[in-house]
Amino acid sequence: MSDVVEKTLTALPSLLSLDSQPGSAKLSSTSKLGNLIRGITELTSKHEEEKLIQQELASIKEQVSSPNTSMRQMKELMVRAIYCEMLGYEASFSYIHAIKLAQQGTALEKRVGYLAVSLFLNESHELLLLLVNTVLKDLQSTNLIEVCMALTVVSQMFPKDMIPAILPLVEEKLNHPKEIIRRKAVLALYKFYLIAPNQVQHIHNKFRKALCDKDPGVMTASLHIYAQMIQEKPEGYKDLAASFVAILKQVVGGKLPMDFNYHSVPAPWLQIQLLRILSLLGKNDQRYTSEIMYEVLDESLRRAEMNHNITYAILYECVKCIYTIHPKSDLLEKAAKCIGNFVLSPKINLKYLGLKALTYVVQQDPKLALQHQMTIIECLDHPDLIIKRETLELLFRITNAQNVTVIVEKMLDFLRISEDDYTTIDLVGKVAELAEKYPSECWFIETMNTVFSVGGDMMQPDIPNSFLKLLSEGFDSVEEDKKLRLFAVDSYVSLLQGEPDKLPQRFLQVISWVLGEYSYLKEELQPAAVLRLLAKLLDTKNTSSETKSWILMAMTKLCDGEAGVSVAQEVSETYSSSLDTVLRQRAHELQYLSQNPELRSKVLPRDAGLEVDSSLSFLDGFVSEALAAGAAPYKPPHQRQEELAQAKALSLEPYGLSLPISMSSCSIADRQSPTLLSISSGLSGDSTDLSLKGGSTTLKLDGVKRVWGKEGYLAQREPLEEAAAQVEVPSPLRSPSQTGEADNSHSQTPIPIPTPEPEQEKQQLASSLFVGLSSHSSVSLMGKSEPTPQRFRRKAKSPSSSLDASERISNSLVSSTSTVDNLLCDNLLDTSELAVPSPSLTSQLSQSLTTANGSFDVQLTESDVKGSSPTLVRDNGVAVPLSGLSHSEITPLCSDQSLDLSVCHVQKEEYLALVSCVCDSAVQELRSLGVAVCQYSLTVKRPSVHVEVVGMVSYQLPVGTHQSVQFSHKLPLTSFIRPLTVSTEEYGKMWLDFTNDTKQNLSLISDGQESLTATLNVLKKKLQLHVVEIIGVEGIVACRLHQDQPCLMHCRVHAGTLAVWLRSPVPDLPDCLIYHCQRALQEH
Amino acid sequence: MQFMLLFSRQGKLRLQKWYVPLCDKEKKKITRELVQTVLARKPKMCSFLEWRDLKIVYKRYASLYFCCAIEDQDNELITLEIIHRYVELLDKYFGSVCELDIIFNFEKAYFILDEFLLGGEAQETSKKNVLKAIEQADLLQECKTEKHESFVNPSCI
Repeated sequence: MSDVVEKTLTALPSLLSLDSQPGSAKLSSTSKLGNLIRGITELTSKHEEEKLIQQELASIKEQVSSPNTSMRQMKELMVRAIYCEMLGYEASFSYIHAIKLAQQGTALEKRVGYLAVSLFLNESHELLLLLVNTVLKDLQSTNLIEVCMALTVVSQMFPKDMIPAILPLVEEKLNHPKEIIRRKAVLALYKFYLIAPNQVQHIHNKFRKALCDKDPGVMTASLHIYAQMIQEKPEGYKDLAASFVAILKQVVGGKLPMDFNYHSVPAPWLQIQLLRILSLLGKNDQRYTSEIMYEVLDESLRRAEMNHNITYAILYECVKCIYTIHPKSDLLEKAAKCIGNFVLSPKINLKYLGLKALTYVVQQDPKLALQHQMTIIECLDHPDLIIKRETLELLFRITNAQNVTVIVEKMLDFLRISEDDYTTIDLVGKVAELAEKYPSECWFIETMNTVFSVGGDMMQPDIPNSFLKLLSEGFDSVEEDKKLRLFAVDSYVSLLQGEPDKLPQRFLQVISWVLGEYSYLKEELQPAAVLRLLAKLLDTKNTSSETKSWILMAMTKLCDGEAGVSVAQEVSETYSSSLDTVLRQRAHELQYLSQNPELRSKVLPRDAGLEVDSSLSFLDGFVSEALAAGAAPYKPPHQRQEELAQAKALSLEPYGLSLPISMSSCSIADRQSPTLLSISSGLSGDSTDLSLKGGSTTLKLDGVKRVWGKEGYLAQREPLEEAAAQVEVPSPLRSPSQTGEADNSHSQTPIPIPTPEPEQEKQQLASSLFVGLSSHSSVSLMGKSEPTPQRFRRKAKSPSSSLDASERISNSLVSSTSTVDNLLCDNLLDTSELAVPSPSLTSQLSQSLTTANGSFDVQLTESDVKGSSPTLVRDNGVAVPLSGLSHSEITPLCSDQSLDLSVCHVQKEEYLALVSCVCDSAVQELRSLGVAVCQYSLTVKRPSVHVEVVGMVSYQLPVGTHQSVQFSHKLPLTSFIRPLTVSTEEYGKMWLDFTNDTKQNLSLISDGQESLTATLNVLKKKLQLHVVEIIGVEGIVACRLHQDQPCLMHCRVHAGTLAVWLRSPVPDLPDCLIYHCQRALQEH
Repeated sequence: MQFMLLFSRQGKLRLQKWYVPLCDKEKKKITRELVQTVLARKPKMCSFLEWRDLKIVYKRYASLYFCCAIEDQDNELITLEIIHRYVELLDKYFGSVCELDIIFNFEKAYFILDEFLLGGEAQETSKKNVLKAIEQADLLQECKTEKHESFVNPSCI
């Protein structure tokens, strides 16, 4: 067989080489397609082409519907129809014939039929239903090629509802002796998984079998499914990490057949897929899973040396993986070097990827950007806009109070030349975001002016909205508010005096609102003058009617004095007969109010802070009455739509939509580095602007310096110096060896060489761009500028715990009995706090606890541990009896060669006691364990779905070297929830007082009569809620976070679901809680 | 991968494969926009483009542009190599492939693509295996075609 193939193959080129010239082609001379193609090339105008194709289509149409047309001719016709469609002409009449061809043709005709179907139809097309039978028949065919074709078409498109019909056949193919069939079957199942995951749930174990297939192709195909499943639920597949690592090791080691090599690199696609899976598994990892990856990652980095695109592709994926999983310092170093090579590469594609990688890691490692500052500056002036754009993205991530003006200027420069709408919208949003946070009044207004003029009417509507909100709500200082508003008025008046008809509508709306509200601030400005300017605007023909109604509103606010009233009268006369009803109404308002100054001052009071009750709490009484009368609870629009879309069951993953809490913190907060404190999670799931969304609606004035870039060019040595200086303060533990280390790094940094003149400019730019990056302030890039509030203090439990570690070890060597006294607590006793930006410095601090998810404050208060002598040591583990209190399972956190750290928590009335055990594992063989138990009490300041506690233990070995171990521990909010016992009356009273609420439909546990009780009992058990009362189909439940942070829940069984309404005085608490309710019911 | 387009320097579409369901109007719009954008780029420029919320990876081979759309988290370089591997496959199959081969035998180019990429994912990266699969299917075709032609026009052989 293969011989024949060989021959055919060798014959092919010679056959085909004949048609290397148009016209003389052998195939084309005989085929009608050839005629068509040639015909088209001879045409000169689009119009002629259209005519020709229409003719062609007419003739195809005639032939396909003729009963005399053979399948062979039909095949040829289909090819022509495909060609016409590709040129952009519709040939929908041929779709049904394509299906017929696939059904009735012989193998080769079938192939064209299937191809035509896959090109013509998409998976929602109704004709596709007609294909099901054909596929069914072909899947059962004895002809391998027919089976292949059927599987190929199924993996591209298949009607979702018909999957069950063919699923058993496809499953069966997983055991087919031919690997090509198995491979295609796996890919078909992958497609099914994508479009209907619940249909293939029962065959997950078969996926495992495919993963273990002896053919690498089948195994590779199964990785697509795994990548998808792991992305959705990483924690469920941690056990597979070792297998993936083993596979990758074999691939990297060249154990696969040579066929899979690509430019002498073994199976690069497979490698990249595996690396991606590993980074998904190692993300947010508590070290254990990541640990098994380190070796193979190191090897991948080492092997990928050849100078070819494909090795760079692997390197890039490696680097991403290393920065995603639990960090390891020497790998990070190598990865950083790798990024450096990318950035410095003369190849533009690599440079781009280098910038992208930098953008990805810069929040964890701002120093890396500093190292490449000159390259970044060069990229900023790169002729290729894509490079420029990516550079701006990078700069956006490192923006701080000191470099914001320069960076915003660069972004605006780019905006002015950008022609792509999508980029403009994106970038305008970013500039607005940056500008809001760093206001020096006039800079802010001027920047926003540019944003409004450049962004035009494309920009997101929330930009002008939040700008106006900001202006009206103002900041802490009345004086500054006034200055800001005054500046805005000034600037807008002069804009209107210029050429206002060139300004975008949105900007005009902003202008008219601001003038209406605040032009009184400028005393020398006559209202009538402003009115005239606005009236002129009304007459401009470009002004849209929406803008006109804004203008009329503004005029209504301004029509003061005789001159003003006369202008107003004139305008209102013109528009009171307008065809636009809104305009007409506004005009009448204007007319009426301008004549009644008294009424006007009541309706539109000047400078009265308007209180908007956005939760509409004043309607609560009305709502509860309506609910009591049997009305359905309100559902937000997106929920209604969802329910319409899938009337059957509530989607199980709508958190992203319905909960305004961002889970995105997890996406970069995957590394437990304390630097992440800065990544405030904000309210958006958009992970790209992760760091910057936090509290974007408020203007942060505190801590903002108004002095830009006086520091001059930053030589690279500076950060190290500063960092070192900062460390010196809290570290009495600094050992001489480390000092040496620090000195070394000093000497490695190049001494700034006097630079030639043209460089001077760039250096200046560099200094203004990268200013502030060097010090710790970089850590709080944008989010919060205040120092992180977390700190904890701990008490020694017994005097013996303060033994020096080295002493302790020697102790334990001598006496194997004194376990309790051998506590490894010495240097843990110091309180020290907070973020250390680079791994190299961490060892100088002792244990510290912080929270990793930037948006939560966990307060670690001093704990009371007296009385309970809570340590106990077992033979091979640690257990902590806490007299009489229920405690969670003991979770191992981390370990290294000499110690194990475990943690458990105990739910006390008012706080959560976190008990961590440090146990010395090196001496475990000696049957003597050094154990230290430390206890912290945690309370939650601001609720969040999970609270992550991050910390570090450092200790000193007898030889005098410092060691440190990082750990992190994730606690669900439910650990902090306590039942709240209230009566129904109290409940009712509280309900009306609370303003933060959320509503959602949850699934009931059972359908029976007692479903409500059963469901509430589950919630009660799992989340420690207090069920206040159950009446009929309604139930009320209460719980609290602190004594004064209650959360009330109202449940009602409605149409087979549980309509839940949560209320609390604490923002976010209802949202977080409903997430846990949902989880609890799901897990049940 | 979301879709793959092949078009000539003159902006004529030669091949299109969509892995996401889109309506015809949208497809046409995307094609028009992309062809314009890519053709406007200079030879030394970066092969990657940010376009809407997608990444476009393109490469020019002689008079043909190969252009793929991927998602943000996908690896751009490996996509470039996917294009290259596809060109290698075409080259091996057609024997130093040129644009005309693809124009006149576009259905074959589709068959090869379907063996190489399935549902937007690399299905088989071994060159030998892809070609084997195509040849086996072709074999049926070629045998019959030859028979048929010899019947119609014996002088051909």
